[in-house]
Amino acid sequence: MRDVASEINISTRGIPYPAGAAAAARLAAPWIALAIVFAILPLIFTSGSALTMLSMMGIMIVFALSYNMLLGETGLLSFGHAVYYGLGGFLAVHAMNTVVHDALPVPLPLIPVVGGFGGLLFGIVFGSVSTRRAGTAFAMISLGLGELVASSSLILRSFFGGEEGVSTNRTKLLHLFGFNFGPQIQVYYLIAAWCILCMIAMYALRRTPFGRMCNAVRENPERAQFVGYNPRMVRFLAFSFAGLFAGIAGGLSAINFELVNSAAVGATQSGLVLVAAFIGGTGSFIGPVIGAVLVTWLEAMLSDITEVWQLYFGLLFIGMVMFAPDGVAGLVTKHAPLWQARAYGSMLRLAQAYLIALAPALVLLGGLVLGVELTYRISGKAAEGTMISFFHATLDAASAWPWALAAALIAGGFGVFRLTWPLVGAAWHDAFVHLPATGRAK
Amino acid sequence: MLELVTISALNGVLYGMLLFLMASGLTLIFSMMGVLNFAHASFYMLGAFFGFQISQMLGFWPAFVVAPVLVGGIGALVERYGLRQVHRYGPVAELLFTFGLAFVIVEIVQMVWGKGPADYRVPASLDFSAFTVFATNYPAYKVFELLTAVAIFAVLLVVLTRTRIGLIVQASLTHADMVAMLGHNVPRVFMLMFGVGTGLAAVAGVIAGPALVTQSNMAAALGPILFVVVVVGGLGSLAGAFVASLLIGLVQTFVVSVNLSVADVLSRVGVAAPAGGILLDVWNVTVAQIAPIIPYLLLVAILIFRPTGLMGTHAR
Repeated sequence: MRDVASEINISTRGIPYPAGAAAAARLAAPWIALAIVFAILPLIFTSGSALTMLSMMGIMIVFALSYNMLLGETGLLSFGHAVYYGLGGFLAVHAMNTVVHDALPVPLPLIPVVGGFGGLLFGIVFGSVSTRRAGTAFAMISLGLGELVASSSLILRSFFGGEEGVSTNRTKLLHLFGFNFGPQIQVYYLIAAWCILCMIAMYALRRTPFGRMCNAVRENPERAQFVGYNPRMVRFLAFSFAGLFAGIAGGLSAINFELVNSAAVGATQSGLVLVAAFIGGTGSFIGPVIGAVLVTWLEAMLSDITEVWQLYFGLLFIGMVMFAPDGVAGLVTKHAPLWQARAYGSMLRLAQAYLIALAPALVLLGGLVLGVELTYRISGKAAEGTMISFFHATLDAASAWPWALAAALIAGGFGVFRLTWPLVGAAWHDAFVHLPATGRAK
Repeated sequence: MLELVTISALNGVLYGMLLFLMASGLTLIFSMMGVLNFAHASFYMLGAFFGFQISQMLGFWPAFVVAPVLVGGIGALVERYGLRQVHRYGPVAELLFTFGLAFVIVEIVQMVWGKGPADYRVPASLDFSAFTVFATNYPAYKVFELLTAVAIFAVLLVVLTRTRIGLIVQASLTHADMVAMLGHNVPRVFMLMFGVGTGLAAVAGVIAGPALVTQSNMAAALGPILFVVVVVGGLGSLAGAFVASLLIGLVQTFVVSVNLSVADVLSRVGVAAPAGGILLDVWNVTVAQIAPIIPYLLLVAILIFRPTGLMGTHAR
C-alpha cells in the first residue's frame, strides 16, 4: 500500500551508483541485453504485420513510460496525456515537411528531437496551469485541457490539417549512410534505438534526487514541503519531463505512420496510454513496458477475432482495477519472495491451486463472452442473421438454448470458482508462512 | 435583438439546469465519498437510452419514472459491488474504476443500440408551442424540461435541509465516522446516495434525450463539460456547482448565437487579413465556432485566477 509512507523510506539523495568496473558492467548489462533482444526480434517475427506491431510497441513503450512519470512516480492521474504526444507528432510532421520543402540538411533520425521539443514546450505551458492542483482536480483539469486541444484541432485547420490530418514522406529527408527509411525494417531499428535511449534516460531520471522527490510528493506533499521542496514545482518539472518524452513518442509515430491527425491528441489516445500503464503496473519501471507491449498486442489480436473487442478491453481494465491494482508487474513481484527463497515446493502447490481455480474461471469467462456475442448478434448486427460462430460451433441466437448455455456457464463457473478460490488463499498463506525469514526481504 | 436575448436566456437557463441536475449528484457523491464519478455522464446516457426503450414499449410517462429508477438501481449496484471493493486501494483506483466503467457503458450502449442516433421523440402530449415570444414559438417540451429540473432542484433542497434523511446525509458528508457511531449504516447511505445521484443524471437523460440527440457519443460530449462545471464551481460545493452550471449554460447558449469573428472586429479598425497559416484560421473563426471550447477556456481562466474554483473553500 502506498499510503504507508514511512515504510517506503524515501531518500532525497537519489540512488547512488556503485563504483567500479564490475558494478558498471552490472548496471549496463540489462540495457545491452535489451538492445540485443530488440535487434533479434525482427529476425524471429519476420512478417510485415509483426514488424508494424513491433514498431508500434516501441512507440507505445516510450509513451507509456512517459505517462508513468506522472501516474506512477508523481501520483498525478492525467486524462489528457495524448496532448503532448499528438502535438509533438504534429510539430515533427511539420518539421519533416519543412526540411523536405527547404532541402535542409537534417536526417530523419533527428526528427524525434523536434517532437520532444514540442511535447516539452506544451508540457511547460499547460503544466504551469494544471500542476497548481493535485489529485482529483488535476485529473479533471488534464481532461479539460485535453478537450480544449482536441476541439481546437478542428478549428485551427492549417496546423492540424482538419479531418484528414497532415501527411509527410519520410524518405525525402537527407540520407545518411545510405539509409532512406523506406522499408519498415529500417524504421523499426530507428524506433528501437530511440526507445532504448528514452528508456535509459527515464530510468536514470527516476534515480536522481528529483526522481525521489517526485515519489515524496506522491506519498505526502506536505512532508515534501517540510524537507524544503515546493511540491508544485516538483509536479511541474515532472509534468514537463513527461511532456518531453511523450513528444518524442509522438515524433516517432509521425515517422512510423507518415501521418498525424487530430485523433493523436484525442481522448481515446489519452485513455489508451492510461490503460497501458495501469495494466502493466504503475508501481515499477518495467510495468508500463509490459503494459505497452500487452495492450498493443491485445488491440491487434482482439480486433481480429471480435468486433466488440473494446468492450472486453474495458472489462479487462475494470477487472485489473478491482483485483490487481498493481498490474501485471505487481502480480509477478508478489511471487518474487518465493522465488528468491527457492521455495519450489510451495510454488508447486500454489501453481496447483491456481490451475484448479483457473478451470471454473475459464468457464465463467466463456459464459460471459458467449452472452456478449449473443447480445451483439441480436441487437447490433441483427441485419446479418442470428447465427453466430463460437469456438468453431455454430449457434442460433434466435433460439433459447444458447442463452441458457451462457447463463449456465456463468452461474456454474461463478459458483465453482467461489468454492475453489479459498484453495488459492490457503496455498498462498501456507507458502508465505513457511517462507524462511531471509527470503522475506522488504 | 431583445428577442434573441430572451430566447437565449431561456435556453441558457434550461441548459444550465440540466447541467446542474447532473452536477448536483456528482458533487454530492464527491463530497460524501471522495469519488469523482467519471461515469456520471454515462449514467445520463443510460437514462436517455432506457427512456427511449421504455417509451417505445410503455409510452413516455412510464419511462419518465421507470428509467431513472432502473438506472439509479444500477448505480447503487455499481457502488455496492464495484466501488466499495476498490475503495481500499485509494482515490486514484476509484477514479480509474469509474473511468473504466464509463468506457464499458459506452461500448455496451453501442453494442445494444448501435452507433447511430436513436429515434427518441418528444411525446405527442407535449409537442405543441407553449407561448410565443415576439415571433418565436417556444416549445412546451422545453418548458416541461425546465419545470422538471426546477422541481427536482426544489425537492432536493427540501429533502437535504428539512428532513431527517437529509440531516443524516449532511452529517455523513463531514462526519461519517460519528454518524456510524450513532448507529446509522453509513455504507448504505453511500450506496443510496450513489443510486440517487446516478438516478438524477438519468432524469436529465430521459428529459434531454428527445430534445438533443440520443446517441452513443452523448456521454463523451457532455462528460468533460460536466467536470468543468464541478471544478469551476469548486469541487464539493453544491452552491458553486449551481452557479457554474448556470454560468456555462448561459455563456454557451449566448455564444452560439453570436456570429462575430476576429476578422469583423479588426478589419473595421483597419487591420489587414494575415496572409495565411494559423493566423488566418484564428482570423476567420467566429465566436459561434469556438462555443465548444469556451467551457475549457473558462476552466483555464479560473485556474489561473482562483485555483480552488468559484466557491471552493480549500484545495482537495
